[in-house]
Amino acid sequence: MPRLDRNGDTSVSIEFEGVAISAFEGDSVAAALLSNGYRNFRDTPVNGASRGAFCMMGVCFDCLVEINGIGNIQACMTEVRAGMHIRRQRGARDIHAQDGSL
Amino acid sequence: MKPNYDIAVIGAGPAGMAAAATAAGQGATVLLIDEQDTPGGQIYRSLSRQNLKDKAILGPEYYAGHKLIAELETSRVEYCPGTTVWQVSEEREIGISGNGAARLLTADQIIIATGAQERPFPVLGWTLPGVMGAGAAQVLLKTGGVTLPDAVFVGTGPLLYLVAHQYLRAGIPIKAILDTTPQGNTFRALAHLPKALADLPSLIKGRRWISQLRASGIAFIKHVGDVRCVGEDTVEAIEYWQSGQWNRIETQAVFLHQGVVPNVNLAMAAGCEHIWNNAQLCWHAKTDKWSQSSIPGISVTGDGAGINGAKSAEISGRIAALGALHRCDLIDTAARDRLAAPARRALAREVRIRPFLDALFRPSQNFRVPANDQTIVCRCEEVTAGAIREAVDLGCMGPNQLKSFTRCGMGPCQGRMCSLTATEIIAQSRNETVANIGAMRLRPPVKPLLLGELADLAIPPDEPNPKVG
Repeated sequence: MPRLDRNGDTSVSIEFEGVAISAFEGDSVAAALLSNGYRNFRDTPVNGASRGAFCMMGVCFDCLVEINGIGNIQACMTEVRAGMHIRRQRGARDIHAQDGSL
Repeated sequence: MKPNYDIAVIGAGPAGMAAAATAAGQGATVLLIDEQDTPGGQIYRSLSRQNLKDKAILGPEYYAGHKLIAELETSRVEYCPGTTVWQVSEEREIGISGNGAARLLTADQIIIATGAQERPFPVLGWTLPGVMGAGAAQVLLKTGGVTLPDAVFVGTGPLLYLVAHQYLRAGIPIKAILDTTPQGNTFRALAHLPKALADLPSLIKGRRWISQLRASGIAFIKHVGDVRCVGEDTVEAIEYWQSGQWNRIETQAVFLHQGVVPNVNLAMAAGCEHIWNNAQLCWHAKTDKWSQSSIPGISVTGDGAGINGAKSAEISGRIAALGALHRCDLIDTAARDRLAAPARRALAREVRIRPFLDALFRPSQNFRVPANDQTIVCRCEEVTAGAIREAVDLGCMGPNQLKSFTRCGMGPCQGRMCSLTATEIIAQSRNETVANIGAMRLRPPVKPLLLGELADLAIPPDEPNPKVG
């Protein structure tokens, strides 16, 4: 997806499903994925249907992804950080011991 | 961060920023909590770090927000970005979460300024990836200049035309605009036109957007009666009903919009009384002339207390702050009334156009209450309109009982995307008014937080945390 011309962006490298993609500082994870052409962010726990970003403002919880092993993260409310490992969330999130940091 | 503030403001959109800055300017200790990383809410989203080269795309009204952001930044407000509020209690205790840690604090006065969200637009296929809100498309424009070319814009309301016009200004191709504004709306809006004419510049601006969109060669299709988004794993096309037949447009992006409604979850979960607004087809908090809700010490202001737009929200925020300052005994009655007088005059000017807009862009019943039983209403739990009607047939009385029947409203969004639709479906099926059916009951936490964060609350802040210590 094309981006409009901007002044002075700092690019950040992140990973989606094991593939390195480029993003810019200040991007939400959702914006970064969409700008790289990814629309399908997760499968639902009920019917396994595909979902992606919908509201982009933290309301709908449809853009849930797994980031650095932590599930149920709202991609539209989380800013990209260099080296983030992002995965599609398949069904309900897994619960495991973690330190709660992104 | 302190354990107690004179005034805590929740939400850093125009209402919250204005409320916080006004309160701090009168000597109150003020905490402003916001979910986003930069101030501005949705309307001035990412403004403080906006780097689009062409300022004409988002337009002067967006950049005008710099003034309010500067007022906040030069004030003594303690601004707490990137922080979610998951609870406000009647005792004015606020539960917050940020950077993986939760904490509780109190305030003598709380001002809830949580703004608006897009009204649900339940049609077949609206859950497919690639289908988004027009407001969401605008957030993408404001954050990193991300665009989705060859999209189809669908719906009604000023924001739909504004975002389409912003795409036009940016030179991003639009495949079509499918206008769902009901035919009878213009006639019904005429009654409110004389009052709205007092705000002629806004009326002219809106007309200009639409006429320029139509003149640009984009397919602008009016009187669309129904739409459905189709595709396997992502949206591939949109089909629309017009002039007695279904038509199809191939597209990989659909932007839906039929107005905005107050973001009520936090105020409702706090226990603030809400009323049904039949002109705006939404619930909003019941407030007095100082924005105080039914709970003493808790105010609800800005679009969260009824949709009036960004400028009104800013003014209402200031009025709410003056009321809160007065209840804190930080200003006397005379000072409160004197300071509020110009704000009230400005507010009266700002709201003149609203009844006209409400009538002109009132979404039609069939786009609020899906006739097709297969249409998903609750996106989280994948509950269809048919399942809700079936529950009503089995005796379901309202949206709270509906939870036990279907789990509708019990997923992570906690009814934000379905409660209006579910309530309207029940009202229609039971031949009742929405006001009589009542709203979905909400409880904290209104946003999810980690179990670990909740558990850590039991550890007094001055004791070492055994997990890290």
